[in-house]
Amino acid sequence: MTALAQLGSGTPATGSPPPARPGRHRLLPYLLLLPGAAWLVLFFVVPLAQLAAASLYDPTGSLSTGYVLTWAFGNYPEALQAYAPQFARSFGYAGAALVLALLLGYPLAYAIAQKAGRWKNLLLVCVVAPMFTSFLVRTLAWKTILSDNGVLVGLLRDVHLLGPDGRLLATPVAVVLGLTYNFLPFLVLPLYASLERLDHRLLEAAGDLYAGPLHAFRTVTLPLSMPGLIAGTLLFFIPATGDYINAELLGTPNEYMIGNVIDSAFLVRLDYPQGAALSFLLMAAILAVVFVYLRRAGTEDVL
Amino acid sequence: MSGMANEAPAGDLRLVDLTKRFGIFTAVDDLTLTVPQGSFFALLGASGCGKTTTLRMIAGLEEPTSGQVLLGDRDISRLRPYKRPVNTVFQSYALFPHLDIAENVAFGLRRRGIRKVDGQVRQMLSLVQLDGFGRRRPAQLSGGQQQRVALARALINHPQVLLLDEPLGALDLKLRRQMQIELKRIQTEVGITFVHVTHDQEEAMTMADTVAVMNAGRIEQLGAPAELYEYPATAFVANFLGQSNLLAAEAAGPAGPEVPVTAHGARFSVPVDRARVDRGPVYLGVRPEKLHLAEAADEVPAGHQHVPGVITDASYVGVSTQYLVRTGWGSELSAFAANSGVGRQHPVGTSVVAHWDPRHAFLLPREPGQDDRTTPLLDEPVKVPS
Ligand SMILES: Nc1ncnc2c1ncn2[C@@H]1O[C@H](COP(=O)(O)OP(=O)(O)OP(=O)(O)O)[C@@H](O)[C@H]1O
Ligand SMILES: [Mg+2]
Repeated sequence: MTALAQLGSGTPATGSPPPARPGRHRLLPYLLLLPGAAWLVLFFVVPLAQLAAASLYDPTGSLSTGYVLTWAFGNYPEALQAYAPQFARSFGYAGAALVLALLLGYPLAYAIAQKAGRWKNLLLVCVVAPMFTSFLVRTLAWKTILSDNGVLVGLLRDVHLLGPDGRLLATPVAVVLGLTYNFLPFLVLPLYASLERLDHRLLEAAGDLYAGPLHAFRTVTLPLSMPGLIAGTLLFFIPATGDYINAELLGTPNEYMIGNVIDSAFLVRLDYPQGAALSFLLMAAILAVVFVYLRRAGTEDVL
Repeated sequence: MSGMANEAPAGDLRLVDLTKRFGIFTAVDDLTLTVPQGSFFALLGASGCGKTTTLRMIAGLEEPTSGQVLLGDRDISRLRPYKRPVNTVFQSYALFPHLDIAENVAFGLRRRGIRKVDGQVRQMLSLVQLDGFGRRRPAQLSGGQQQRVALARALINHPQVLLLDEPLGALDLKLRRQMQIELKRIQTEVGITFVHVTHDQEEAMTMADTVAVMNAGRIEQLGAPAELYEYPATAFVANFLGQSNLLAAEAAGPAGPEVPVTAHGARFSVPVDRARVDRGPVYLGVRPEKLHLAEAADEVPAGHQHVPGVITDASYVGVSTQYLVRTGWGSELSAFAANSGVGRQHPVGTSVVAHWDPRHAFLLPREPGQDDRTTPLLDEPVKVPS
């Protein structure tokens, strides 16, 4: 900028490059931010504020009689008390699915990133391919896979992992399997990205310094894949906790998660204050979990 | 070479018919050599000739296509790298970016279950002149500092064999000298076998007990530094290690204690024990510093052989002046004259007589049709317009 200004003042006769106006330059970043910021304010901040207000409405109101903002903070403890099991299930199922997804996803991401060679891109497409169909259709397909007279249940009954009347559908197992499947790509892709950058010469160096494969994994591969691992677990865990489709389609009301309750509060029971209060409670709980997790995972880059 | 005479190959490193192919490309071709325990072995060669590949096979990072790596009597060819008592200073450093310098250096010790590492790490860091850098990350160091960390990380383990892949390449001359001295001291004190790859001939010559010159996956010559320098076995070695004037000549068998040769119509001779071949197409070689310049033929000492020429270039390089002398048949000879204060400077354009003691000359095999060669290679010898 200063160079430009000097250039401008040094050649006044030609008059071609107008001296840069400092004001414009300083404003530019904000101008670039404007559309995105406007979008966020309109479609995120405003609804959020409205939701916050709704969570404090008088709970005795209804759509027909109208709601009044009475700062009814009591909505919160009430909602929490009524739906504590669903909250517990949300985090329990999402946690179990996360463990399962890590067991499946880490070796998968590692194999694609380090061992797949020229099959790398094809395998990546395979990971993303399920996303080409709708979430709903995919989950419905799992309903068939897990159905009582399906191949899988038959097989499990044959090897006595399931009793003769044992079933998968309409059990917590089905919901956890569904969550695992549906959100696996969100875990695999960031993990892949950081494992792909891993310099295999570092593993050679570790091997040269007496580290066997397991130890090299623990001291080199795992720490270096931490950014991808953290991003992946968050991208997996946050939507999985708030999900309600899997519990709805693969489970019964006994497996309902907090998402199902919010869904019915808004769309079936039309209890807006409760739905809003539950939404905020979920948000707060997830934020708390993420905060603790990031602190423990020790990424000074994120926090 | 002290270890050479030992009758039992206690911990000698032996490569037997070691070959590595990448597809159809042969990177290391049927290599056989012995590195005596506790000796300093330098591997020299042009870029891409297979030095790193050889080291990687010794370290276990590359599986040989055929052949064996033996340590003492033990065949370690198929042993996993972490089971070998061998450490490497990698050409690319390969420092762990997520660990600080102290933890990088301590990596091998920790792996072997040694708890108290602080003292050793500090000692090692001060040896490579990086005191106080322990808490930094590799990315916060300069290239030369990283290289020294790589050195410390391998040295601290006191392995049986230490493989060094251009470990001092990124250092300035002064620091490199200091590191060379330190390395040599550790090597003699601890008795580690060093296999040292370098592009620096002086480094190889001053530090190594044995120097091997490698070319296109094969060892061209192996021996004590002075031996290689004074009496090279091939034209490649004569040009790669130091510089040489090589005159294309024909020999017709020995005559008494000498081998007479004809080069460009003139007759010369070389003692029999300085001739790698004594018949057919040969190179008559003389090192530039063994080529002396006189103003006229009657000044040439008795017993010396000589060719007349004209000075075409004189470069003053401080300790010496490097002359190029164009001979009657058009090729240029290189001659170094020490700036010792005795003897005269020869301006460009003056006629001189280049002469040498035949005991300093050597005869090498030559492919028929190959012409004179002078290092540094000046494209093609300039022909005198006729
Ligand atoms: N993994 C590989 N696949 C195919 N070719 C390879 C591989 N590794 C090395 N090469 C080839 O083998 C030859 C020897 O390589 P190497 O790394 O041993 O050379 P070098 O002597 O260490 O060279 P420099 O002095 O440049 O480090 C080179 O031509 C190289 O291209
Ligand atoms: Mg190399």
